[in-house]
Amino acid sequence: MTQHDSGVTFGYLDEQTKRMIRRAVLKAVAIPGYQVPFAGREMPLPYGWGTGGIQVTASIIGPDDVLKVIDQGADDTTNAVSIRRFFRRVTGVRTTEHTTEATLIQTRHRIPETPLGPDQILIYQVPIPEPLRFMEARETETRRMHALADYGVMHVKLYEDISQYGRIAKAYDYPVMVNGRYVMAPSPIPKFDNPKMHDAPFLQLFGAGREKRIYAVPPHTSVVSLDFEDHPFEVQSWDRVCDLCGADDSYLDEVVTDDAGGRLFVCSDSDYCAGRRAAGHEGPAAASAAGAALSETMTAVSREADGEGTP
Amino acid sequence: MYVAVKGGEAAIDAAHAQLADLRRGDRSVAALSLDQIRDQMALAVARVMAEGSLYDPDLAALALKQAWGDVAEAIFLVRAYRTTLPRLAATRPLDTARMVVRRRISATFKDLPGGQVLGPTFDYTHRLLDFALAAEDEPLAEPPPPAEAPLDPDMPRVTDILGADGLIEPESDPDADNPDAPVPDLTREPLTFPAGRAMRLQVLARGDEGFLLSLGYSSQRGHGGTHPFAGEIRMGEVEVEIIPEDLGFPVTIGTVTATECQMINQFQGSKTKPPQFTRGYGLVFGFNERKAMAMSLVDRALRAPDLGEPVVAPAQDEEFVLSHADVVEASGFVQHLKLPHYVDFQAELDSVRRMRRAAETGEGADS
Amino acid sequence: MDALALSSSSSAAPAPGLTDPVFDAQRLFRIALAALSRPGTVHPLPVDLDPPSPLTPWAGALALTLLDLDTPVWLDVGLDTPAVRDWLRFHAGCPLVATPEQAAFALVGRVADLDDLTRFAIGDPEYPDRSATVIAQVAGLEPGAGWTLTGPGIKGRARLSVDGLPSGFPDAWAENAALYPQGVDLFLAAPRHLAALPRSVTVEG
Repeated sequence: MTQHDSGVTFGYLDEQTKRMIRRAVLKAVAIPGYQVPFAGREMPLPYGWGTGGIQVTASIIGPDDVLKVIDQGADDTTNAVSIRRFFRRVTGVRTTEHTTEATLIQTRHRIPETPLGPDQILIYQVPIPEPLRFMEARETETRRMHALADYGVMHVKLYEDISQYGRIAKAYDYPVMVNGRYVMAPSPIPKFDNPKMHDAPFLQLFGAGREKRIYAVPPHTSVVSLDFEDHPFEVQSWDRVCDLCGADDSYLDEVVTDDAGGRLFVCSDSDYCAGRRAAGHEGPAAASAAGAALSETMTAVSREADGEGTP
Repeated sequence: MYVAVKGGEAAIDAAHAQLADLRRGDRSVAALSLDQIRDQMALAVARVMAEGSLYDPDLAALALKQAWGDVAEAIFLVRAYRTTLPRLAATRPLDTARMVVRRRISATFKDLPGGQVLGPTFDYTHRLLDFALAAEDEPLAEPPPPAEAPLDPDMPRVTDILGADGLIEPESDPDADNPDAPVPDLTREPLTFPAGRAMRLQVLARGDEGFLLSLGYSSQRGHGGTHPFAGEIRMGEVEVEIIPEDLGFPVTIGTVTATECQMINQFQGSKTKPPQFTRGYGLVFGFNERKAMAMSLVDRALRAPDLGEPVVAPAQDEEFVLSHADVVEASGFVQHLKLPHYVDFQAELDSVRRMRRAAETGEGADS
Repeated sequence: MDALALSSSSSAAPAPGLTDPVFDAQRLFRIALAALSRPGTVHPLPVDLDPPSPLTPWAGALALTLLDLDTPVWLDVGLDTPAVRDWLRFHAGCPLVATPEQAAFALVGRVADLDDLTRFAIGDPEYPDRSATVIAQVAGLEPGAGWTLTGPGIKGRARLSVDGLPSGFPDAWAENAALYPQGVDLFLAAPRHLAALPRSVTVEG
């Protein structure tokens, strides 16, 4: 562990704030999927950029933790780098890009491809915690619906999709039913990731800073994506593999390489992709000029993050 | 040739270096001192203090300097600093009747005890650029001559005068039965609805000036009209008091400059209850009449349900107003759209492509 | 921190609290979180703490981890002593309330009374989190034996034997579970071991 910046408290938050958030986290765990209001603090990072996840992480992290931060599945996206750097500064804890090494993983929009274990906690950054918000804008109304488990508006919305598009159009932030009681927003993860939440061996915590809500899914809890018998839930699939590592089981990002229709499809999980390439796997475009350029940049950023960063 | 772009720590450091360089600008121009900002950009400082919820002109000046004069960014800096400060005590309510007034006007009475005090105001300036100020050696203006007679120290509030005759509703203290009840603190507890007036006023006091101005304006144009009269606007210095636990009596810990607006609105009454005017209240740190007046309009509009009026306009809708009044929240969430959304966009792209394929082939979309 | 200095200079000063309020509280919280996330698991106390009797070490440690001036606390007849009150007020600063329904946290020493959980706040339908957390001082905990637990946090089923709770407890807990998502959450604090029952868990005798 490196020394944290002595000018700030460990974890940035004062002890009273941490206790308030810790109490909210315990309530959230006791009522899976229910959104616990908490007195979110103003963080030195902007609302909408992970302040909820940051406050949850800051309240639970300790000197023995190893932290991984991802955005879009990648450790090398700018905001993930910025948040990782924030925690290095205010806690001094070890950070890592390797999913298997981390005890805490703060994420925006993805669940890692590498399965997590019981000693890991996944902390999601959440922009809009209320799954019913775009059907009913009023908090007073959505609270009442949750209280009564009255999820009619959600079913109507999904059914309208089917009649209009022939399918449920929701492709990310796809609503789930938790422990058979609360409909919950899984945060804007692609629905590809939804099945990873069900009966997971690890604890999942969700922090929405601007909306001031914390919620949770304990390990081994039922998380069911909403669907209809004649329109069962299905996840995205590709008829191609990762162009760099050849993975056929990971969520792919599309990279535009020229203005003549050139595309690369690569793993959104940068650690998963790097691990496969290090193990000798090679995708169809790994040797192309664009593939090599992309691969090299990812490796360069990864070297930076592994060390203390380039000053 | 394709070059992949990724944002590592080096890129972030380079961005910060460029930012610092541009903030300082041309090195041959003297740097701004905090004294200059605090004293000569005092209204910007006041706005940063008000929306930053922290009365500290020096820190507000520093924030403005660091933020290149971007008021919203400066407010954010002050808020992030404020949140780390300990809470030592809750002050007693400001007694604005005892304000040392620099300006005090009423639009409802031609004259009143204490008189109308025009004081410093832009109101009657003709908005002509003063090119004399552009000269390098700005001539030092003579300080204004002292007032012929000192201001009347007894300057009762217009609403108190009306209140004495029962012509305006009494100011309702929600905790009148329990004066020791803790004041809710927006920054220490989650905002839930209905919020209650104390919490509402806190949100409005630090709410975005532009947002409140537009909402107040909309209520004047009939979207939740309240028939307002500016009963009184006063600006000056007011003492801040606390009651230390070991003393048991109030002591003054300092003074703040504040602007207060008491708006007198649409009367209400019935066969059994004689008609009375109703109140809208605005109070803001520093000299800022626009904000205080807008706040008092929105406060009154938000009282609609309490006064038995139908809620039909945005300015009357508590959840809508309070959820969107904060400049730090709004700025953050609007600008978060700059963050990568590759994954969710890819999910949408995949959906749209599948649906287009299905439409082209005329097959079921699920295939 | 200050407590140590004071206790040496004045016999009336409360006993010491956590040695390192920041890092001990963090560590203890993570254990409490693990206990609540995985009902039936039993966790030893990793710090030295000697709260005033009859408060036992894990219950005291949990109190100092979770309580402060924002949490109204009720002490049952088994724990309501001047020394316990002084210790909690000094280290946690929590307000102490007269009746269980006012409490965000209830510390229960006479656990034989826990055949009735209806005295505590259960939250309301729109805010089920506005409920009490009960910290019960039990005599002993043994995983893998006793009651059968099912629910969130448990793969299949878990077993937990609790020494000290009355025979009527499973019925009282079933009543609590029937209120779900309202209801109380329960920490079971043996002197040096901790387990937890969130309201979402079913207990069969």
